[in-house]
Amino acid sequence: MPSSTIRITVNGAAHDIDAAPDTPLLYVLRDDLGLTGPKFGCGLGQCGACMVHIDGAAVHSCRTPLSAAARGPITTIEGLGTPEKPHPVQQAFIDEQAAQCGYCMNGMIMSAAALLAKTKSPTRQQIRSTLNGNLCRCGTHMRIVRAVERAASLGASQSGGSDE
Amino acid sequence: MSSTTTRRDFLKRTGVLVVGFSLGLHSRADAAVFETGAAPAANQLDSWLAINADGTITVYSGKVELGTGVSTALRQIVAEELDAPFEKIAWVQGDSDRTVDQGSTVGSQTIKRGGAQLRMAAATARAALLELAAPKLGAAPGSLEVASGVVRVHGDPSRHISFAELLGGKRFERTVNRAAVPKATTAYTIVGKPVHRVELPAKMTGRHTYVQDVKVDGMLHARVVRPASIGAKLLSVDDSALGAIPGARVIRKADFLAVVAPREYDAIRAAAAIKPAWSESATLPPMDELKQTLMSIPSTERGVASDGTSGAGRVAKRLAATYKWPFQMHASIGPSCGVADVRNGKATVWSSTQGSHTLKSAIAHLLGMQPDDVHVIWIEGSGCYGHNGSDDAAADAAVISREVGAPVRVQWSRADEHGWEPKGAAMVMQVAAGIDASGKIADWDYQVWTPTHSSRPGAQPGGEANFIAARLMGMVPSSRGSLGGERNAAHTYSVPAMKVRAHLLERAPLRTSSLRGLGSPQNTFANESFMDELAQLAGVDPIEFRLRHLSDPRAVAAINAVARLAKWTPRVSGSSRAPSNGVARGRGMAFVRYEGTEAYVAAIVDVEVDQAQHRVRVTHAYVAHDCGLIVNPDGLKNQIEGNVIQAASRALNEAVQFDRSRVTSLDWRGYPILRFADAPDAVDVVLIDHPELPSVGAGEASTSPIPAAIANAIFDATGVRLRDVPLRV
Repeated sequence: MPSSTIRITVNGAAHDIDAAPDTPLLYVLRDDLGLTGPKFGCGLGQCGACMVHIDGAAVHSCRTPLSAAARGPITTIEGLGTPEKPHPVQQAFIDEQAAQCGYCMNGMIMSAAALLAKTKSPTRQQIRSTLNGNLCRCGTHMRIVRAVERAASLGASQSGGSDE
Repeated sequence: MSSTTTRRDFLKRTGVLVVGFSLGLHSRADAAVFETGAAPAANQLDSWLAINADGTITVYSGKVELGTGVSTALRQIVAEELDAPFEKIAWVQGDSDRTVDQGSTVGSQTIKRGGAQLRMAAATARAALLELAAPKLGAAPGSLEVASGVVRVHGDPSRHISFAELLGGKRFERTVNRAAVPKATTAYTIVGKPVHRVELPAKMTGRHTYVQDVKVDGMLHARVVRPASIGAKLLSVDDSALGAIPGARVIRKADFLAVVAPREYDAIRAAAAIKPAWSESATLPPMDELKQTLMSIPSTERGVASDGTSGAGRVAKRLAATYKWPFQMHASIGPSCGVADVRNGKATVWSSTQGSHTLKSAIAHLLGMQPDDVHVIWIEGSGCYGHNGSDDAAADAAVISREVGAPVRVQWSRADEHGWEPKGAAMVMQVAAGIDASGKIADWDYQVWTPTHSSRPGAQPGGEANFIAARLMGMVPSSRGSLGGERNAAHTYSVPAMKVRAHLLERAPLRTSSLRGLGSPQNTFANESFMDELAQLAGVDPIEFRLRHLSDPRAVAAINAVARLAKWTPRVSGSSRAPSNGVARGRGMAFVRYEGTEAYVAAIVDVEVDQAQHRVRVTHAYVAHDCGLIVNPDGLKNQIEGNVIQAASRALNEAVQFDRSRVTSLDWRGYPILRFADAPDAVDVVLIDHPELPSVGAGEASTSPIPAAIANAIFDATGVRLRDVPLRV
C-alpha cells in the first residue's frame, strides 16, 4: 500500500505521519514517535502488551491500522503519567509492587485505566474478566488485581492524568 | 580501526542512542580499564564499584536483572555493607567491557554467589574508606564509624568526611580483600527490609528501556524467516515481490534466511512477501509416542544416589508408577530481540542475554573475530525464566549486521519465539517403592529419562554452534554432555535403601535448554506425587507420612509452617467431601529441598475440579519458604507468588504441540498459559528467615513442589490419580 500522510493525535499532540495506511499503529508509536511504552507481544491481539487508548477505549495497537487510529485521540502509557507524577493506576501498581519483568505492564495498566474510567468500583470479578485478555508470564496476577482494587479506592477515575 | 580503540570512541562511532536509558552513564573513575576490551579483573576493587565526585556510587554487576528483583536486592547488600545511602547507588549490569564476569545469571545463584562477591567488594571498600579517613580526621581507624556515606569519629560526629571528599572520582587501587569481615547480620538496617524495586516506576510509566526498545542511528529492521520445519533445507528464495517494498532485501547464508528494511513494518511485510522453497522431512516422533521415544533414545546412565542395602525383606506392600512431563516453553511475553552493529572488525551487541561475557565470546567465534573485539551490552528483556531466544536473536542480529554493514535490530515474531525458542525438557520418571508394616518406606527405586537441560552457546570455540543461526549456516553443535535432568531426582527423605538413576539422553526430538528449575519440577512432580501415593497405600495423612521420613529440622519446620498457615486437618487423602454442583474440591501438599542443598519449600494447594468442563483451578495456594537470610522479603514473596502461578500454568495447561516435522504451538491459542480467570483467589506465603545462615537461591525453588501439590489435590478431590502433565481431568 502506498504511503500517505495521516494526522493522529497522541497524548494531546497532533502528528502528521507519512506511512502506509495499513501500518499498525504500534510501529508508528514506537518507531516514528519514540513512544516505546506500548510493547510488541504477539501482533495478533492475543496478549495485550501493545494496548493504547483510542477515545478512552483500550485497543490493541498491533491490530489497529494507522488509518483507523485517526478516528479519535490516542493516549499511550507515557501520556497517563510520569515516574515523577504517575497516574493513580500507575501509582497503585507501584505501591503494590505489581510487576516482575514488567513487559506486560503497559497492557495491564492501560486496560485497568480504561476500566476504572468507566466503572469506579469494579468487583474483583469485573477486574479479572477485563484483564483476562492480558497475559502475564511472571505470575504477578495476584498483585495486579490488588493494584487495580487499590487504584479504584484511590479514585483513579477522577484524578488527573487521564485521557486528554 | 586499531585494537586499542576505547569503548567511548566506539560509542561515538556507532552513534548509539539508547532511548530512555537513565542509569549507568556515570563516568568511571578511570577509563583505562575499558581500553583492553576485556572484562574487568575480579580481584580489583575498582572493577566493582566507584565513588563518584557527586557523591553517588556506581556499582558494576556482572549479574543482571531478569525481572526477579535482584538489581534491587543486590543494591541492598552493597548499601548495607558500605553504609551508603541506597538511593545514591547507580547500577551498571551485564556489560562485557565494564562489569566483572560473575558467570551467567542462572540457577538461582545471583544472591547466593553474586551477592557474596559484591558484599566482599563493599566490605573492602568500606575498610579502605576508613583507612583514608583516619589521617584526615586525626583519629585511629578503630575509632571511626560510617553512616549514610559519611565517615565520622565515634562519639564526636562533628568530625566527619564524606565518601566523595575522600575518594570522589579517584580509584581505590587495591585488591578485593577476600578475608574482609562483613558486617554482623544483627547490625543490618536495609538488608531484610521490603525495599521497593528501583526500576518499577519506569516500568509502570512506559519509560523503562527493554532490549526491544533500543535504537541505534542508522539501524535497519530485520525479521528472520525460519525453516518451514525442523531440519529443512533452503532450496531457493523468490524475492520478486520485494520490489514494491522500499529498501527491502533478502539475507541468505545457507539455510539462514532473513529480510531487512529501513522501516519496521516494511521488514514485516518483506518477510511475508518472499517465497522460500524448503526441502522438508519428518524428523519428529508422533506426539502420543513421546514416552516410548524418550525411553528408546540412546542414553548414558548416571547413578545419582545409591544408599543402604535392600529393604525387600521387610516390605509389606509395593507400588510402582510412571510419570510423564511434556516439552514446555519459556513463553516470554515479549518475543526475543537483538540489536547488533558489526562493522570494521568490531561488534557491539545489545542483548537481554543471561550471560554477556559468554555471549561476547560466542558471537566472536560465530563471526570469526577476537572476543575482545566484541562488546556485549545487556539490556533487560521480557522475563526469560531460563534460556529463551535472547542469545539466538543476538546472533541473528550480528550475522545480518555483518552482511549489510549497518546496525540491525532483529525482532522475532510470536511464531518465531513459540516455534524456535529452546524448549523445557520432556521427561519420563519411574518410581517403585515398598513400605513396611509400620507404614514407613523400606526401599525406593527411581529412574528418570531426560534430555539435557542446557544447550546455551558456550564461550569456548565451537560453543557458538548452539546458536540457531550457526546451525542454519551448517555448524553442528558438539555434544557437551547432559545437564540438569537429575536435579531433585533424589528426594531428601530418609529411606533405608534408595537407588536413583538418570538416563541422560544423547539427543531429543526438540532442542532443549534450561527452563525454570531445569529437571527439578519434573522430578519433584514424580517424587512428591508418589509420596502421596505411598501415604495412601499406608493409610496415613500425607503430611504425617512425610514427617515420618524427615529429621532435618528446617524441613520439618517448613512443613509444619505451611500446615498451620493452611489450617491443614490431618486425614487420609481422598476423603474429601462429595462434589457440589458438579465441582469437587480437594487439597494437596508437596515438599522439596531445592537441589537437595538449597531452599526448603513446603506447599499446600486447594483446587476445584469441574469434571464436566474438564477444568481444574487452584483456588488457594499456601507456601512456607526457607532460603536462609532474606534480603528483600517483598521481592521474595513476589517471586514465590509468581512461581506458584507459573508452575500451576505449567502443570495444568502447558504442552508444546508438534506434528512430525514442526512445532505447531505457534501462538497463545496453541500454547495457552494461565489467565486471570484461572488465577487463584489467594496465594499466601510464610517466610522463614534465618539471618544467621547464608542466603541460598530463591529464584526457582518454589516452582518445584506446585505440580505435585496440584496432582495430590486433584486426587483428594476426585480419587483420580493423574500422572501425566498437563494434568487433565
